[in-house]
Amino acid sequence: MGTDALRMRGITKRFGRIPANDAVDFTVAKGEIHCLLGENGAGKTTLMKVLFGLHKKDAGEILLDGRPVEISSPGDAIAGGIGMVHQHFMLVGRLTVTENIIAGREPRSGFLLDYRRAREMVREISGRYGLKVDPDARVEEISVGQQQRVEILKALLREAELLIFDEPTAVLTPPEVQELFGVMRRLKASGKTMIFITHKLKETMEISDRVTILRDGRKVATVETARTTPARLAEMMVGREVELRVARPEVTRGERILALKDLRVKGADGRYRLNGVNLEIHRGEILGIAGVEGNGQLELEEVVAGLLKPAQGRVWLGAEEITALDPGAIRARGVAYIPSDRLRRGLIGSFSAARNLILGSQRGRAFAPGGILRHRRIEEEARRLVADFDIRAASVHEPAAALSGGNQQKVVIARELSRRPELVVAAQPTRGVDVGAVEYIHRQLLKMRGEGKGVLLISAELDELRALSDRIAVLYEGRIVAEGPSGGFTEQELGLLMAGEGK
Amino acid sequence: MSGKKLFIDFAYSLGAVFFALLLGGVLIHLSGYDVREAYLSFFDGAFGNVYNLANTLMMTIPLIFTGLAVAVGFQAGLFNVGGEGQLYLGALASALAALFVRGLPPVLHIALALAAGALAGGLWALVPGYLKARTGAHEVITTIMFNYVGILLVAFLVKEYFKEPGRADQTSMIPASARIPELIPDSRLTWALFLGMLAILAVDYLLKNTSLGYEIQAVGQNLPAAEYAGIDARARMTVSMLLSGMIAGLAGSTMVLGVLHRFINNFSPGYGYTGIAVAVLARNKPWGILPAALLFGALQSGGMSMQLFARIPMDLMTLVQGLVILLVAAPALLEILAASRRRPKEVTPDGRDPDGHLQHQ
Ligand SMILES: Nc1ncnc2c1ncn2[C@@H]1O[C@H](COP(=O)(O)OP(=O)(O)OP(=O)(O)O)[C@@H](O)[C@H]1O
Ligand SMILES: [Mg+2]
Repeated sequence: MGTDALRMRGITKRFGRIPANDAVDFTVAKGEIHCLLGENGAGKTTLMKVLFGLHKKDAGEILLDGRPVEISSPGDAIAGGIGMVHQHFMLVGRLTVTENIIAGREPRSGFLLDYRRAREMVREISGRYGLKVDPDARVEEISVGQQQRVEILKALLREAELLIFDEPTAVLTPPEVQELFGVMRRLKASGKTMIFITHKLKETMEISDRVTILRDGRKVATVETARTTPARLAEMMVGREVELRVARPEVTRGERILALKDLRVKGADGRYRLNGVNLEIHRGEILGIAGVEGNGQLELEEVVAGLLKPAQGRVWLGAEEITALDPGAIRARGVAYIPSDRLRRGLIGSFSAARNLILGSQRGRAFAPGGILRHRRIEEEARRLVADFDIRAASVHEPAAALSGGNQQKVVIARELSRRPELVVAAQPTRGVDVGAVEYIHRQLLKMRGEGKGVLLISAELDELRALSDRIAVLYEGRIVAEGPSGGFTEQELGLLMAGEGK
Repeated sequence: MSGKKLFIDFAYSLGAVFFALLLGGVLIHLSGYDVREAYLSFFDGAFGNVYNLANTLMMTIPLIFTGLAVAVGFQAGLFNVGGEGQLYLGALASALAALFVRGLPPVLHIALALAAGALAGGLWALVPGYLKARTGAHEVITTIMFNYVGILLVAFLVKEYFKEPGRADQTSMIPASARIPELIPDSRLTWALFLGMLAILAVDYLLKNTSLGYEIQAVGQNLPAAEYAGIDARARMTVSMLLSGMIAGLAGSTMVLGVLHRFINNFSPGYGYTGIAVAVLARNKPWGILPAALLFGALQSGGMSMQLFARIPMDLMTLVQGLVILLVAAPALLEILAASRRRPKEVTPDGRDPDGHLQHQ
């Protein structure tokens, strides 16, 4: 493997008094794919931001190809051959792919942009690494996976030798993940070095050469991927044994709690997002909805929660029809809702964790009799939930935006599950959370099931669906294309059905 | 909101004020005036003695109300630019209540006149608020239009129905029982200053301690999340517009009941608009309104004496005021606008995550 492409030595970064990185040593060999693992809030993103010049380190040094460098801005990092593929892309939607990629490096003829040459540059570089893009498409019109490629090309055009990927797979569909891995392998073959952050151990095992584990801001170990197992990695991350698969005990199925009858929802373009969906959930049952995102999942969760009104069809909760009720009334009838887009729907970033923990109960006897918020009660409840759900926050007064991603998700889950719901709508409940939290969330959902609640689980993770669901329904282009006991599907069958190639 | 950020904001604003005064000094010098004399008369005029200070505070009072009005709208994500119109409606309503209701004891009479002003201002803001909530008509456009309509309507009513005989377009003097008593004898500073602080206190309490305040802020900070929580966003928007207009109306009431003692057409030098700068400078924090309003009050009263004693033309003074707004309020305004544009996607109004990592977008 030759010399080390990157050595970070004794990196310390504090936010206030708490160190997010504590004397971290991190070495990446030239030409390897190095996976960075750690629980939510372990300090992965912080370490990468120090490397990319987005955070100023408090101590430590950075060596690139053996030479000490001072990186105090992204400009320095790019000049040093580092590229970062941002999770939330920093692209200009209205500009074309070409314009986005060459921004800041435009070939010019006179004062004007030489678009022809620019397009050639993009063609050349995308051909070289097999990253297919349409140079003339506008960025807002292409898929998330393609936008990610544009980000990668942007870094490559700036001659990056070391590429940082911070949770690139969190937003991709399974086929897109495979495409990304193909690209990463080609990049590796051409001598590039990559740092890859993920919470999915399967992906770590598949793509990486070595793994470095962080815990509470400290480095735990660096191991070779070939000589370890997912269980060992999980244990190092969490500091205890983790059940990667929780057991699903027998539960007797009770009466019907949710029924959807011939639901149709129209999108803005006039096409049906849900096209005649019929589903039932009984007490003590988890119904899993499998499908590639964008096939009606979002509409399904929002219709049940009352945020979206169907063009046709009816929704029943127990014996009561709730189709026309508003979200507040549905919530009051015992429907808990973990939304897939937690940042947009589930949290108010500028509110404290404690205030977020009463979102939806901001009125009423529990926390605000007479319309006056009882701060003491709210704080007590927040402390209880923070302890019960192991939410790591400096304090309950910390704004939600300052929590790490997994801890934000735990805030939503703690809030929703602590309200004694009758039905839980859980959409992508484990996205972006670490293995320990995944285990925890799975246990909670199974506990709800054990207590005779109904659970509607919408997930892009086949493992999760198969482990938790009693029955699985596959959603494809707004229709249920298959439904049955979860044991009745193999992973392969589900994959085909989700792609619309089943039967 | 962390104390540290609050402190940084404050220090920044203070620095910007000094810088603006410095730049103003350069301009004054370049125009051939004595800078020292100019600023001496400025500070003397604003804070020099009890009466000048009282004068400054007198000018601060309406700005407390108009600034607070804008801040309340902002809490629900609404930009109420209609303070000026609401102020005029409040002023006339208070004047009429003072003139035509007779035989009440002083405190009650004042309270009634204030209530009339708040009601009129509130109703004048309620219409744009309702239009926004029902049809999505942008409140900036509608409130600006309502400024014109309101100011002209009030002028027409006075001219046509309530004019005191004589040349000026004004009502007759209100009875003593409706006048807000003065705080310092022989000055025009009245107890309305405490009314302003009371309003701040009430808004602060509403936002921090009530379900309604929680919901208004939820709507302003993250509308989809507010809907998720079962909050009736339209109703909350309408209510916050109503509140905002009521407070702006009180600005007019306190001018009429405390200072002018009658309604005079075109009496306001733009308190409603200056209120926007006040709110922006205060970062829409209720208690920030007080120092921000004081700054603009001082600029006004100090500016007058600069004009009077250093013989500096008013235009130059307006320029210096403009500099303060540009340097102090404009960056803050940009920040607020940028944050509100980012809001749907990012949870970090402080821009803490430039790489937009999914976890903390
Ligand atoms: N700008 C900031 N201000 C205050 N605290 C911060 C800031 N950025 C990160 N933190 C804190 O530093 C710690 C490490 O955060 P970091 O984002 O690096 O975690 P992570 O390992 O990337 O977690 P995740 O897997 O959830 O993305 C967390 O406790 C987080 O709350
Ligand atoms: Mg992270």
